[in-house]
Amino acid sequence: MNEPLIFEYESAGRKGFTPPAGEAARIPAEWLRKDEPVLPRASELEVVRHFTRLSQLNFSIDTHFYPLGSCTMKYNPRVCNRLAMLPQFLARHPLGPVEHGQGFMQTMYELQEMLQVVVGMQAVSLTPMAGAQGEYAGVAMIRAYHESRGDHARTQIIVPDAAHGTNPATAVVCGCDVVEIPTRPDGDIDLDRLRAVVGPQTAGIMLTNPSTLGVFERQIAEIAAIVHGAGGLLYYDGANLNAIMGKTHPGAMGFDVVHMNLHKTFSTPHGGGGPGSGAVGVNSRLQPFLPVPYVQKCGDHYGWDTEKECPQTIGRLSAFMGNAGVLLRAYIYMRMLGAKGMQRVSEFAVLNANYLMARLVAAGFDAAYPDRRASHEFVITLKQMERDTGVSAMDFAKALLDHGFHAPTTYFPLLVPECLLIEPTESESKHTLDGFVEAMISIRDMAYTDAEKVKEAPLTMPVRRLDDVRAAKQPDLTWLPGAAT
Amino acid sequence: MPFIPHTEKDVADMLACVGVDRIEQLFEEIPPALRIAGVDGIPPALSEAEISRLMQTRARADGEPLCFLGAGAYDHYVPAVVWDIATRGEFYSAYTPYQAEASQGTLQVVYEFQTMLASLTGLDVSNASLYDGATAFAEACLMAVRANRVNKSRRILVPRLLSPVFRAVASGILAGQKVELVELPMLDGCTDIQALADFAGESGAAVVIQNPTFLGTLDKVDELTDWAHAHGALVIAVTNPTSLALLKPPGQWGQTGADIACGEGQPLGVPLSSGGPYFGFMVCRQALVRQMPGRIVGRTVDREGKPGFTLTLQAREQHIRRSRATSNICTNQGLIATAATIYMSLLGSSGLREVAVSCNVNTHALVDTLTAIPGVSRLFAAPFFHEAVLQLDRPVEAVLAELSAQGILGGYDLTADYPELGNALLVCATETRSASDIGKYAAALTKIFGAAV
Repeated sequence: MNEPLIFEYESAGRKGFTPPAGEAARIPAEWLRKDEPVLPRASELEVVRHFTRLSQLNFSIDTHFYPLGSCTMKYNPRVCNRLAMLPQFLARHPLGPVEHGQGFMQTMYELQEMLQVVVGMQAVSLTPMAGAQGEYAGVAMIRAYHESRGDHARTQIIVPDAAHGTNPATAVVCGCDVVEIPTRPDGDIDLDRLRAVVGPQTAGIMLTNPSTLGVFERQIAEIAAIVHGAGGLLYYDGANLNAIMGKTHPGAMGFDVVHMNLHKTFSTPHGGGGPGSGAVGVNSRLQPFLPVPYVQKCGDHYGWDTEKECPQTIGRLSAFMGNAGVLLRAYIYMRMLGAKGMQRVSEFAVLNANYLMARLVAAGFDAAYPDRRASHEFVITLKQMERDTGVSAMDFAKALLDHGFHAPTTYFPLLVPECLLIEPTESESKHTLDGFVEAMISIRDMAYTDAEKVKEAPLTMPVRRLDDVRAAKQPDLTWLPGAAT
Repeated sequence: MPFIPHTEKDVADMLACVGVDRIEQLFEEIPPALRIAGVDGIPPALSEAEISRLMQTRARADGEPLCFLGAGAYDHYVPAVVWDIATRGEFYSAYTPYQAEASQGTLQVVYEFQTMLASLTGLDVSNASLYDGATAFAEACLMAVRANRVNKSRRILVPRLLSPVFRAVASGILAGQKVELVELPMLDGCTDIQALADFAGESGAAVVIQNPTFLGTLDKVDELTDWAHAHGALVIAVTNPTSLALLKPPGQWGQTGADIACGEGQPLGVPLSSGGPYFGFMVCRQALVRQMPGRIVGRTVDREGKPGFTLTLQAREQHIRRSRATSNICTNQGLIATAATIYMSLLGSSGLREVAVSCNVNTHALVDTLTAIPGVSRLFAAPFFHEAVLQLDRPVEAVLAELSAQGILGGYDLTADYPELGNALLVCATETRSASDIGKYAAALTKIFGAAV
């Protein structure tokens, strides 16, 4: 192993930090722990070295181009982190009185207002802690809306087959049934099938636009008319918001509710898997159902609206008010961009994607939707190469790691065989994109000359390809003292 | 242009390559009727210097009051190393470790995290974290309903002593799944053991035990665990991770231990920061792992037999199972779990134990000092960890407002959540509160009580 487990350090100078000495606890013996938990015994310097070395085993935006489709891996400005970690922001207790939170609450109020404008909605709640929780809030509000009207039969959620996995999973968590509709070969939704499935049982439809196929759904106005005509509502999955800021917004497209992934479009860090933030916006129809708490302004004073002020709310999604520190970072980013900067983000995200697609197509790669304009991302399929050489999209992705590029999203969307979903984001230079194209060409050429070598990849990472079957069949999820390492 | 590196020549060359004259043409597939003129109503851009000044002004406006408030979020000392290392770009700006070979750092940290949480709770397997304590609790309830093969009930018994906000969050999420929470009454700050007999025929899929309870007391964990198991229910433990360096862990409760443990991870090196980002933890017995939601990391070997780490048991998750997944969860709180792993590594078990002991000692000192003031008394005789309920001879709200005006957060007003307790105030003193801090609180409270009498 490259770096031992932290448990394998056995230092006499243990404990990086000594809290003030106290007396003995005043707790009766029957409640006390008799064994000692297995926590590390390392010195402060060993801890620093261990985790610094581990960090160096990662690819990240700060070290590598990371064109992971649908994830918007743009630069996370350092200043956002520094300012969100100002000592007073960190010290503020979530249940502290509003008099000790006016600076924070004003910031949250302004963030609500700015997000509202970007998505063209009437009101925003910041409490959802991730995209999937934003989806949950959205579908729960749609259900609450129908229930409030006595429309109890509306329990079906329509989802296109290209949707993110969280969409159908969320609908089920909300107690809905999922109806899947197909996508046409040109990447747009099959409207005839949509017309055939809507009815008095329709609660709503969940859509991403631009879709996960990297194209703008051109019939969105007709879709809205069909779903609204049948009494259903439209839910916008904001995963791809980075493609349209200042050009159009979910409000203009006819959506009733939207979640935004602040960790994508608004550049808060992905942190190796979170925290995210999935703020939700709604039009006036759904406003009474917004999750609480959210910030309200009264004169110059900021206060919380809770269950008392919003009796029809779907309730609380987190113990307090969501991922406040993430929200601060998004606010700082938005204020640094301003209105023009936000529009430029989408313009350059779309320029980078179209440029990269044009160069790859010119180099002989197959775009999944060659007749369509790319949004901020696009899909290529390696089906032909796989047929010719046996080198799969997975092999190709691993070979990219050896060229110093994080792999694009692989095997998603599920509709396109052997696909790579590539999202360069606006923060990458032409120079970086050109280097990526060269790596793609070189790997493809290698596939046709020495396929086995590509299948060996990666060769330069801390480990070779891992045995996932063994990981699942003989799960080793916890280190035990004395266990082999 | 902020964060966009293109030169004018780059743009011209790129447009030529795409075959268009202007960037605007790239948006031609958006129907004209749906187009907007721009992002209207957002203030003009600020420079880095300007936004720094603005945020510093706002942060200062909030001040740093002296904190005796807990109620689910605790003011512990966080060593400098924790966030210095956790915010290294390689952790901060990495994605979920789907490309395992390029994410061994994040994956090994999660494996170490899982090991530490399993050991602290005395159970077998932890996941890689959930959003926060409240959502982890909701997921634990759903998991128990799925996992209990003996009792197919969709009821869960929860103590009156459960965090009210955990209960509120869970109720909403569980309603969609038609799972119902039924309350066990309390007596003198503990769950009423005598009253259990009334629930014998309808023990539900699981019994929830929070220890330390929301009111800070230590509940009768052994009796409750054994009663639940005797009645075919699983046991969900809600617990505070700091306390587990000192208190008997859920895995050792009763004859056979709790089945699932969950809670708020914030005490492990995470600043209060207005309520988030924190992380929820969830740990369970080996037999239940395939019902557990969230990401899990496993150790395996690579093609050359060298040990390495990867996400595993993904057949439970939404990106594979879609509508048949155990949960819709995708994101977790990876960066915060990383910070917690560093925190636990720095403190070790003896350091964490000292924090726990200091909290207990300080809260006793606080309670002893404040109850010496006429009009203030302690409500329950039951032992407590680092929070205690005081009863005041007057409404709590006004007292807290006066304390706040003097820069003191005096505790959590229990009046709304527990009206049966009268003028009840939940106070907390962590290891960071000194004798002089406690003296300041006592002096301010004495003055308030003296002035009003």
